[in-house]
Amino acid sequence: MSTNASEGRAAVRDRAAESPWSLLRRWEAILLVFLGIVFVINSNATPYFLNIYNLADSTFNFSEKAIIALPMALVIIARDIDISVASIIALSSMLMGLAAEAGLGVPGLVVVGLATGATAGAFNGFLIAGLGLPAIVVTIGTFTLFRGIAFVALGDGAVTQYPAGLAYFGQGYIGGLIPFEFVLFLVLAVIFGVVLHMTVIGRRIYAIGNNPVAARFTGIRVDRYRFVLFCLTGLMSGLAAVLLTSRIGSTRPNIALGWELEIITMVVLGGVSILGGIGTILGVVIAVLLVGMVTFGFGLLNVPGIIMTVFIGSLLIVTISIPVVIQAVRVRAAARASSRR
Amino acid sequence: MVAGPVLLNVRGLSKQFPGVKALDDVSLRVRAGEVMALVGENGAGKSTIVKILTGIYKPDAGTIEIAGTPMQFSRPTDAWAAGISAIHQETSVFEDLTVGENIFMGHQPTRGRGPLVDWKGIHRRSAEILDRMDVAISTRSLVRELSVAERHILGVAKALAHDAQIVIMDEPSASLSRKEIDHLMVIVRQLRDEGKGIIFISHKFVEIFEIADRYAVLRDGQLVGEGNVADVTQDELVKLMVGRSVEEVFPKVDVPIGDVVLEVSHFTHDTEFEDISFTLRKGEILGFYGLVGSGRSEVMQSIFGVTRSRSGTLSMHGRPIKISSPSEAMKHGLALVPEDRQQQGAILPLSIRQNMTLALIDQLSPRGFLSRRRELGVTRDMGARLSIKAAHWDQQVDELSGGNQQKVVIGKWLATRPEVMILDEPTKGIDIGSKAAVHEFMGELVAQGLAVILVSSELEEVRGMADRIIVMHEGRICGEFSRDEATAEAIVTVASGAQAGP
Repeated sequence: MSTNASEGRAAVRDRAAESPWSLLRRWEAILLVFLGIVFVINSNATPYFLNIYNLADSTFNFSEKAIIALPMALVIIARDIDISVASIIALSSMLMGLAAEAGLGVPGLVVVGLATGATAGAFNGFLIAGLGLPAIVVTIGTFTLFRGIAFVALGDGAVTQYPAGLAYFGQGYIGGLIPFEFVLFLVLAVIFGVVLHMTVIGRRIYAIGNNPVAARFTGIRVDRYRFVLFCLTGLMSGLAAVLLTSRIGSTRPNIALGWELEIITMVVLGGVSILGGIGTILGVVIAVLLVGMVTFGFGLLNVPGIIMTVFIGSLLIVTISIPVVIQAVRVRAAARASSRR
Repeated sequence: MVAGPVLLNVRGLSKQFPGVKALDDVSLRVRAGEVMALVGENGAGKSTIVKILTGIYKPDAGTIEIAGTPMQFSRPTDAWAAGISAIHQETSVFEDLTVGENIFMGHQPTRGRGPLVDWKGIHRRSAEILDRMDVAISTRSLVRELSVAERHILGVAKALAHDAQIVIMDEPSASLSRKEIDHLMVIVRQLRDEGKGIIFISHKFVEIFEIADRYAVLRDGQLVGEGNVADVTQDELVKLMVGRSVEEVFPKVDVPIGDVVLEVSHFTHDTEFEDISFTLRKGEILGFYGLVGSGRSEVMQSIFGVTRSRSGTLSMHGRPIKISSPSEAMKHGLALVPEDRQQQGAILPLSIRQNMTLALIDQLSPRGFLSRRRELGVTRDMGARLSIKAAHWDQQVDELSGGNQQKVVIGKWLATRPEVMILDEPTKGIDIGSKAAVHEFMGELVAQGLAVILVSSELEEVRGMADRIIVMHEGRICGEFSRDEATAEAIVTVASGAQAGP
């Protein structure tokens, strides 16, 4: 045994000596196992599940939410949260409806949807990053405000007169098989993944989420980043509004009601820490697929929606407790081993 | 000395962590009416002993006896009930509760046998305890409003309220001014005279020689020496701690002083400081000394653009510059190693590499894409220059010792190749080995033509390292000393506000 550890120490290694098995302990691996289990159960439960057309079509159920989950992941990693996303959809869709009634064409409608979302996001961002108000309070406020405006503008009514050309975004297929929405989600996921994991922007988002004070002391314009992230979430909510409006072909003020919690659930299930600083886009993508496949399987089995929410809630709690439980078991085992010595 | 019976008798304590033997067969005794100084570098095992004595860790082997009775602590409340009370480095308090509530937290007196809290009793008894220590803190003021020193006193009051027999003080003076330390010493003596046993942990030898009766030295988890403080010299203690002799405590290098690099004129902030003007020259180490709360850190943070609301002008090399954010300060070649290493300096959950490259990540990332190779290049380079000890560069910073964490923060700023390096309490709470490394390193910086501002509460450090010393008191500059004029007495007199400086 070396008695002079401080002097005779070997050079510092570049990275941790990890065994390949440690990959299996990653969150994404746990999620993949769950996804596999869901696949097996579903395909045994109903013959309709493993039908390629059914599977492709099932992505319609979650693609819009998934698209918002991507920027939401960044916002949560940066230690903020945005509760207002579904209300932004309502606001954007409402303005698209009014614009359609005024006779605007398809490109114009898309611009209205995206611009409304981005503006709503900028409003959140200004209150949070500019004035320094807490994100949870601001977005709970705009959650009510944005949808409230949609209710005031539409009342009991609905907009159902959209130009036929709008339908492609939410109903179209690429190659006659894969829904356009889902492809769009995958493309965006790759872009978000690259930005978060491979660029300076991503590194700074992690820095902010792990310690906003030190990040600021290190010259990172923390408030600018937070502002931009809320704008981005707004923009993606606007995009989701375009897709959703196109898919269902109508706008009612209660459109996308309750989506914000489903989206946050997907993000947290994907391994993003609600305390900020931790999470990957890959995890969020797998979580989205997992929730999507569960929903789809239950739909085929005619399980009522209420049961579905019970299941998703339990899944969230079980998944986030697994690492904690494993850790506790391991500590206890180690303690037992050391006391036996 | 009136050493009483043995209060605490620890025998053969061992504790193993994955990969480290934190404690190896350590035995200690503390008598009633005695202050025992526990010394050792960071990582020597002091904190592990404290955590075992307070029931946070369970030892693998060894026994603890209190006044002759063997004890087993399976949780912190057991130790508390046995009469052991610890006052930690970062004192744990409830900021938004009153002093009285904090003192009796966990054992509030009730009215009769009912569940209702006896508020009058809390405040009366708290006031008695505070009176006994001769401190003027209202029991009804919120802890949020207390100074760091007052919080430590609150910690002592909590121990007294519980009638603790053994009081552990873990670096109580790390962030206190001289005057506050003096007061704390009075309180420690008072506790000793009341027959308590005190374990006193400190990195400052002056305090150890001032207050302690006995000492115990830990190195690498082993007890390497103990005895009466009266029979030992500082050099001998240092030798025991580090296992080698430390020749010179402050390796001051003489470097030719060049032109003015930075000039600060009439910096004024609404509440923190007023009319601060000074110049800094190339090759110079400018010391800033003052009590905690004298506004030193606030001045540095406003120079660096962290604090925006201030008036006054700034120039570099004679040209006026404007700085309204840290990123602008960086562009002008400034660097600030902030006072609070864990909150402001390092991003603890991120890796050494990610911390070290964060300030210059733009330059290391072609077209904005991260380059692991380039990041590692900078990290290895800085790591070697600062001799950082770690297992690997992807290790999280919070797994490192305090000294190595500080080196990572310094490395992060050094990598930006600054002209002016502001070091705010760079050696606070780090072990003596790392401290010497930081001091030596400051000499290298000025030798390379940088200008350094050293903010410190440690008088010896400022006197030992600085070419010039500016003394602040209550937000104003109240004295400036050259290296030769800077006697300890003169500086302390000015810093305590006893007289308006020259």
